[in-house]
Amino acid sequence: MITAGLVEALTGIVGARHVRTAPAERLTYARDGLPTHRRVPAVVVLPGSRDELAAVVRLLAAHDVPFVPRGAGTGLSGGALADGAAVLLVLTRLNRILSLDPSNRVAVVEPGVVNARLSAAAAPHGLHYAPDPSSQTACTIGGNVAENAGGPHCLKYGVTAQHVLALEVVLADGRVVELGSPSGEPWGPDMVGLFVGSEGNFGIATRIAVRLLPQPRAVRTLLAAFASLRAAGEAVSAVIASGIVPAALEMMDQSCIRAVEDSVYAAGYPRDAAAVLLVELDGHSDDAVVAETETVHGLLSAHGAASIRVAADARERERLWQGRKKAFGAMGRLSRDLVVQDAVVPRSALPEVLEAIGRIAATYQLTVSNVFHAGDGNLHPNISFDARVPGLRTRVDAASTEIMEACVAAGGTITGEHGVGLDKLRYMPLIFDAESLAAMRAVRRVWDPEERVNPGKVVPVHACREWSGLRIADRGLRIEQQARSPAQSAIDNPQSAIAPRGAR
Amino acid sequence: MSLLDRVRALLGDDAVEIASGPDAVPRVAPASPDAVALLLGTARQEGWRVRLEGAGTWLPADAPADLALTTRRLDRIPAVEPQDLSATAEAGIGCDLLRQQLADHGTWLALDPPGLAGRTLGSVVATATAGPLRHGFGPVRDHVLGVTFVTGDGRLVQSGGRVVKNVAGYDLTKLEAGGFGAFGVIVLVHLRLRALPRADQTLVLEGTREDLTQVAEDVAAAGLQPAALELMSPALARRDGWALAVRLAGSAALVAAEEAGLRGASGGRFTALRAEEAHGFWMRAAESFATRPITFRTGGLPDSSDELLDLLQHQVGDEWVSASPGVGAIRWAGDTTVDRLRRLRRTLAGLEVPLTLERAPWPIRSAVGHFGAYREGVGPLVAGLRRTFDPGEAFVVAVEGSD
Ligand SMILES: Cc1cc2nc3c(=O)[nH]c(=O)nc-3n(C[C@H](O)[C@H](O)[C@H](O)COP(=O)(O)OP(=O)(O)OC[C@H]3O[C@@H](n4cnc5c(N)ncnc54)[C@H](O)[C@@H]3O)c2cc1C
Ligand SMILES: Cc1cc2nc3c(=O)[nH]c(=O)nc-3n(C[C@H](O)[C@H](O)[C@H](O)COP(=O)(O)OP(=O)(O)OC[C@H]3O[C@@H](n4cnc5c(N)ncnc54)[C@H](O)[C@@H]3O)c2cc1C
Repeated sequence: MITAGLVEALTGIVGARHVRTAPAERLTYARDGLPTHRRVPAVVVLPGSRDELAAVVRLLAAHDVPFVPRGAGTGLSGGALADGAAVLLVLTRLNRILSLDPSNRVAVVEPGVVNARLSAAAAPHGLHYAPDPSSQTACTIGGNVAENAGGPHCLKYGVTAQHVLALEVVLADGRVVELGSPSGEPWGPDMVGLFVGSEGNFGIATRIAVRLLPQPRAVRTLLAAFASLRAAGEAVSAVIASGIVPAALEMMDQSCIRAVEDSVYAAGYPRDAAAVLLVELDGHSDDAVVAETETVHGLLSAHGAASIRVAADARERERLWQGRKKAFGAMGRLSRDLVVQDAVVPRSALPEVLEAIGRIAATYQLTVSNVFHAGDGNLHPNISFDARVPGLRTRVDAASTEIMEACVAAGGTITGEHGVGLDKLRYMPLIFDAESLAAMRAVRRVWDPEERVNPGKVVPVHACREWSGLRIADRGLRIEQQARSPAQSAIDNPQSAIAPRGAR
Repeated sequence: MSLLDRVRALLGDDAVEIASGPDAVPRVAPASPDAVALLLGTARQEGWRVRLEGAGTWLPADAPADLALTTRRLDRIPAVEPQDLSATAEAGIGCDLLRQQLADHGTWLALDPPGLAGRTLGSVVATATAGPLRHGFGPVRDHVLGVTFVTGDGRLVQSGGRVVKNVAGYDLTKLEAGGFGAFGVIVLVHLRLRALPRADQTLVLEGTREDLTQVAEDVAAAGLQPAALELMSPALARRDGWALAVRLAGSAALVAAEEAGLRGASGGRFTALRAEEAHGFWMRAAESFATRPITFRTGGLPDSSDELLDLLQHQVGDEWVSASPGVGAIRWAGDTTVDRLRRLRRTLAGLEVPLTLERAPWPIRSAVGHFGAYREGVGPLVAGLRRTFDPGEAFVVAVEGSD
């Protein structure tokens, strides 16, 4: 229970300025980057050091109070929200870069360090931090670790998990554990790998050692315009299958192109194109990059690119990227509210799935704009709407669900980088059976037996099986269920919010 | 009913291999993931102790157990998707067979694990044994998109998926990759593939360790990004001196540019191998590791590789050593004692360098443990995870040592 005495004790640890209880102050933290979920935390605490944080966590443990870590709050799955029974721990004051070792290409940072600031600090050494979410000017490394964040250049360089070497974590009971080693080699099982992407459910990352990469010496950026989504999707498959691994391979559809061109981020994208691909090639040798660029140019032409523009210089490249990175913001202009979706499909399924999304948008009479990491098959179909219009929210939810089902039916998954949080809980039974969900929950309880850190996120508890005792008796039944598709199991689960139609 | 009769009744006659292992432990080869689950569910009920085997070419099949579970009949490749650069394979498929099938589809799994070519995929994933290609393509876990595994009490659990980017749920795949089978039997693996490189060139330079270490540093400083950059002891490389082997793989343009860069960085001293020479060179080095009784790996910072090689030479010898200085990984093979291994692990732990015992005869394995010298607070977490995935302690795995 959160009592006046507890608030006083919190104040004793972090100082009165850093404990926020006034309703207006707490309201500031009621949402993350996704406007559709809202929860007002009971208390907001901003610790100023790792020791303050650990003391706060121990105090909360002693009072049996749940808590939620929060970085910059740019998350897009409702992950950093705390309700009236929980304390929100905002980590933005833990923002020091603790060390930067250019010869071993390793940096150690506190969780509140903003992503772009780390790359800026590494730049004088000819290095950068590769994962580059489009929110990188605001989001924190701690939030990136919790979500296993991606970004356009993760196609070639890998997502956050591939760049985290070691972690210091404060567990739910206040104990501090050290995971991984300075080189990234684990001491035992890969606990760092397990922690990354756990969305705050396993504890709070308080120190993060990451790998830095050399900045590429040669870069080429192309913008190719297509007359249909299908053609653009096929061009993506062709590039991937060619064996050339572009640094980035992004797609924007016409709705997104026009939103960007109407905004201050206008990048000169062709407004009449059905889709554009933004392809970047980079490497150590200019000769090789030029040769690969020619090959990719040829593939794009062969797959129907109506026009291909190669950025002439760094300024033009910046401008092409600016439009892409600010596309979400630009889409905000289309209407009052925006649902940013996130799903992944096998790359060869892109043409079909994009067409299916178009059909779903038409059925529900909604504006869906696509801007996404095409090279990874990581879609972001975004729905623009005005939540004040009666009934519209229901239509948006129904369309979102159908889009998720279409992606799962194509062999994909419900989130590629934004995480499950609150928003995707209802879709988890689409891809995991009850046993697998129960296994996840059991693992969470190894880290946090009382499920006090970021409660109610990631695993839909009602859909889990019981994970204790012997169940030999129902084994026959279980195997029979196994033979059915996960989507089918979701239908059988009366509490599931989803009644999917298509099986995988 | 005897154990074997029970197993026959559960899984059918052909699941039991009459010719049991050298230590007379009966060997059971389930033919499907469900059969594995059935067997382990029964093992939990009966209190049977089970050891896991792939093809049995890597870890010696010598752990004391009531039965040996081999994955060798789980050898199907349900899907190869060249368009998506992904594949799904059962855990018992031999790496060599898998490689052939992938190549037929123009695809490639960029892993070159130590051991014999017929090692099962599951054993490579479970022991996370990457080879020299780790330099360019990352550790084993980076190639695994998802797995299905069976827990010690017979539950089938899926994690990850078959798409290349996925953050749905906790990443249990990371626990299975390198878990040495302590957290489940991997039955199915979804893999990230690459297109078969259009060009694949290996170049070797012979010299003293000191000299080659400097060359490796120069190569890294020049910004080159080879697929492999491996420093090998003379015995391993089958040369008179130490060898620095560089592998370049990718488009023809990329390989040509890297080769030119390499020549520049090294003063043109490397010798290019012909394709079949290169194949034999890497294969023999990989196989050599399986011919010594003990193998371990260590992971330090790149700039500590030389110091770590000195330390190994001093404490356990350096006849069979292979190092990836660019990523700080070293693999050692040879023969040594429990005491020396323990002492070495302690010394390395003081330098913040983990030592993972990859293979050794059971008496050494069980005394030293695959893992050890955990950092603050990690032991209880590992123990908790083991209880979760193997509540009856059915799996005979030397996770931690006995000291
Ligand atoms: C315009 C825009 C573009 C975006 N583009 C991308 C993109 O390209 N790729 C991408 O992956 N994401 C993207 N995102 C989503 C978001 O920025 C990322 O998920 C980011 O990693 C969140 O970081 P944050 O600091 O804002 O975390 P928050 O939103 O504050 O928190 C996210 C989750 O992390 C947990 N958490 C935070 N800090 C810690 C910690 N130290 N220890 C443990 N748990 C912690 C929280 O509890 C919560 O569950 C975008 C968002 C926006 C608004
Ligand atoms: C739902 C929605 C509706 C919109 N409506 C309109 C409209 O009607 N008209 C119009 O012209 N534009 C609109 N926009 C566009 C939007 O206002 C601008 O594009 C946006 O403000 C630019 O910010 P950025 O995050 O892209 O810039 P950045 O350069 O990334 O950020 C700017 C500054 O804000 C900080 N910052 C950003 N996010 C956070 C965060 N979560 N926490 C802390 N600090 C943060 C950054 O650190 C930086 O200092 C809308 C956008 C959205 C998402």
